Amino acid sequence: MTNKKRIIISSALIVLLFGGLWVMELTMNTASMLFVVLKKGAIYALLVAAINLLQGFTGLFSLGEAGFMLLGAYTFAIFTIPVEMRENIYQYYDGGLVQFTIPVWAALILGGLVAAFFAFLIGFVVLKLKSDYLAIATLGFAEILRAIFQWDKLGVITNGSNILRSFPGFSSVLFPFGVVGLCLAAMMLLINSSYGRAYKAMRDDEIAAEAMGINLFKTKLQAFVISSFFAGIGGGLLAMYQLTVKASTFTAALSDELLLIAVIGGIGSITGSVLASFLYIAANEWWLRFLDQETFIGAFKIPLLRSGFRKVVFSVIIMLIVLFYRRGLMGTREFSITGIYEKITAFIKKKKAAKGGAGK
Amino acid sequence: MNEFLLMGMAEISGGGFFQAIAGFFQTNLPYILAGISVGGQYALIAIGYTMVYGILRLVNFAHGDVFMTAGLICFYISTVSPLIISLPLTVLFTVALGFTIEKVAYKPLRNAPRTSAMISALGMSYLIQNLALYITGGLSKQYPQIPFISNSVTIWGATTKMVTVVTPILVILLVVALVTLIKYTKIGMAMRSVADDFETSRLMGIKIDNVISMTFIIGTFLASIGSMLYFTNYTAIVPSSGAMPGLKAFVAAVFGGIGSIPGAVIGAFLIGICENIIKGLGWTTFSDAFTFALLIIVLIFMPSGLFGEKKTDKV
Amino acid sequence: MSEVILRLDNLTMQFGGVTAVDSLSMELNEGEIVALIGPNGAGKTTAFNCITGVYTPTNGAIYLEGRKIIANHPKRRGIKTFGGSNKKFEKDVIIRTPDKITKLGIARTFQNIRLFKDETVFDNVLVAKHMRSRQNVLTAMLRLNFKEEARMRKETKELLEMQDLYRYKDEIAGSLPYGLQRRLEIARALATGPKVLLLDEPAAGMNPNETLELSEFIRDIKEHYGLSVLLIEHHMDFVNQIADRIYVLDFGKLIAEGTPDEISNNPAVIEAYLGVDEDA
Repeated sequence: MTNKKRIIISSALIVLLFGGLWVMELTMNTASMLFVVLKKGAIYALLVAAINLLQGFTGLFSLGEAGFMLLGAYTFAIFTIPVEMRENIYQYYDGGLVQFTIPVWAALILGGLVAAFFAFLIGFVVLKLKSDYLAIATLGFAEILRAIFQWDKLGVITNGSNILRSFPGFSSVLFPFGVVGLCLAAMMLLINSSYGRAYKAMRDDEIAAEAMGINLFKTKLQAFVISSFFAGIGGGLLAMYQLTVKASTFTAALSDELLLIAVIGGIGSITGSVLASFLYIAANEWWLRFLDQETFIGAFKIPLLRSGFRKVVFSVIIMLIVLFYRRGLMGTREFSITGIYEKITAFIKKKKAAKGGAGK
Repeated sequence: MNEFLLMGMAEISGGGFFQAIAGFFQTNLPYILAGISVGGQYALIAIGYTMVYGILRLVNFAHGDVFMTAGLICFYISTVSPLIISLPLTVLFTVALGFTIEKVAYKPLRNAPRTSAMISALGMSYLIQNLALYITGGLSKQYPQIPFISNSVTIWGATTKMVTVVTPILVILLVVALVTLIKYTKIGMAMRSVADDFETSRLMGIKIDNVISMTFIIGTFLASIGSMLYFTNYTAIVPSSGAMPGLKAFVAAVFGGIGSIPGAVIGAFLIGICENIIKGLGWTTFSDAFTFALLIIVLIFMPSGLFGEKKTDKV
Repeated sequence: MSEVILRLDNLTMQFGGVTAVDSLSMELNEGEIVALIGPNGAGKTTAFNCITGVYTPTNGAIYLEGRKIIANHPKRRGIKTFGGSNKKFEKDVIIRTPDKITKLGIARTFQNIRLFKDETVFDNVLVAKHMRSRQNVLTAMLRLNFKEEARMRKETKELLEMQDLYRYKDEIAGSLPYGLQRRLEIARALATGPKVLLLDEPAAGMNPNETLELSEFIRDIKEHYGLSVLLIEHHMDFVNQIADRIYVLDFGKLIAEGTPDEISNNPAVIEAYLGVDEDA
């Protein structure tokens, strides 16, 4: 397939996707479960892809994602809460220090930049550590960040351990899809560039990569900063979706969960991460909800079904994937139009050949 | 007697420095005592981490959750039987759990990349917490009162539970027993050799699987003892109860030098005490953060910890 | 004689109490092929690792084209094991990471082939072009670097064609036969644009026929790219075929140097190898 053809088909698909979403939003009940899944799924897709960029493409084991999400979410909230609401929200801190707002898009990007900046500082300290130590150190930093954001001395900015709210959210599903789509596209372009190749080389064999002139520390730092930038933007989006932000919710368990979703999708596949995120959210919020409800068929109560069972089923599925299907849904493959096009053409050819054979 | 002692100290030193220390000691005594107690409990968890890491190079994230489960097991058993039966049964079931986790979640991944085993550990931790959430229905459970160690006692004017006194003594006894086991028994020798060189030990005919199982059995045994002491102090058990003590115990193991049992114990006591003094100073928000800050400092400036061995990579 | 391109000056590498390389001084002239031989554990690979920045030497200096690129002297506890400090290098400590050394123009291969096993042959070589490319993350992400990318791909293609590897370009590197993997590793090293090529046991595991092919191959690339080659090898046949000069190491110490003829008649060398009877 030629380059031109590929671009045309991809753009057509993107237009189709957004057009379809737009029509769906016009015609369907936007409060339905489907839209919840679409919105939250898109945000998770970005977060999981960001973690996969590290874990899957550079081999850096980070458990600090929640910390960078926190930075993104707080930055977004702090700079977008309407000035007239601040008195009310920062009631213990005299209305807070920040007394202006910036546009939503700027706040999202700023959230990403703040996360990236902290990633730079943290990365400088921890990226010399090896795999499991790196994981535990990044986790530690995320916990430290969480403590700092709950510190009442910084309450004029962070509102201490109280929630932040009343900042703008989004109503249309097109917004998160647009932002996440842009970010994912940027990530894919990065991975398929010369830098992406350097990342993969480093993941496969650090010593050989170094002998090829790749500076391990610089390259790791770069990947860490970029991944955190996207995690920051994802955190901002998550804030917009939830409409409230509270530091105590950005726990290590959240990072673990995101990493496990990345495992389901396949460590080393961005499209796998996207797919797994939507599946996870759909199952978690919608399809598997019934597992949490006590259900009767006539007088017979179906055993096991009650609150919390859904999560158990989930954990078991995750363990099964980890143990028996380590590649996840996609392995390291990417879902691509070219690939599908080739598969289809190959299939048609085969059919034709079979027909031809039968004809003779 | 306490005051007499302090005054004596001040007199001997004759300076303000010791007086200041003595004053600090006295005002913070309840926190120091709490620190020693919780430190000992971390130590019992930390040994499990350090031994598993020493042998498998795996951060067993599920260890803290096994510790929490021990608490839950004890709660459920004690509703139907007296403590004299339920305590030994708790130990038994917890050890069985630790043993099973190794066989199910880690053994199949022995030849897989290290990250896979670590992800499996994370998954296992997630599974245990969710199971606990399901079984408890999300309600916190009240740990049964164990007589004697729940009794109040007054030390140097500070009132505390008997467990504060019992913990350090018990920890020292258990550690001495463990070190003896590792030094003088056949399985102990096998453990040391596996920790030293996994592949060679395998080639020398050491039954790796037995050694690893034994490591998990010892680790979970100590964690179950730790849970009895810990939950006597902090009686409410929720599914995430094990996560923080687990992480702190791991930090203690790193601090002491991973693979070193005395290191882990000393690290745990230090962390327990520091954390409680920080609470005493009114910095409760940062008591957890402190542990992690310590971890990061240790990892960067002395990655082999207090008593660990240095290792160089081979090209 | 032509100019010295790589020079080791009193290079010493100690691990704790073990001296793996002991005051090694040697020279590699421009356009020369020099072999470093010695029994197992003689410190040959350690010397390579010092030159390429994997290890920081305990003492000594390394010069590339007359410029000091690595230098160190024993400090603190090291002074005791080394047996005294070293005034000569005390002033200048120069430590470089392997990637900086590669950038200066020293490329290497590894004893136990270290290819990027899951990537294609083409990508294995292409990644080595990354170092000298002119781009940054943003231009790469926005594909503003397309000219640079095209250049890198073109050069990679030329290099692979030259090595007769182009027909395998889409194969996964780890699936290639052993001999080709060795060749690919050399091609990958060449892609970094080196002046000096270090080969760590390039003929290991090869039969006499393949060894012969390899020595021709090394001579070819040396001529074509204007390289100087330093190699570690056990196969004495191979070394005698290819090397202009030979250095012999034993227990970290240099015990002999000279042309292949001189070396094969050197009593010290014979003694070092006695009973070890390598393929010779």
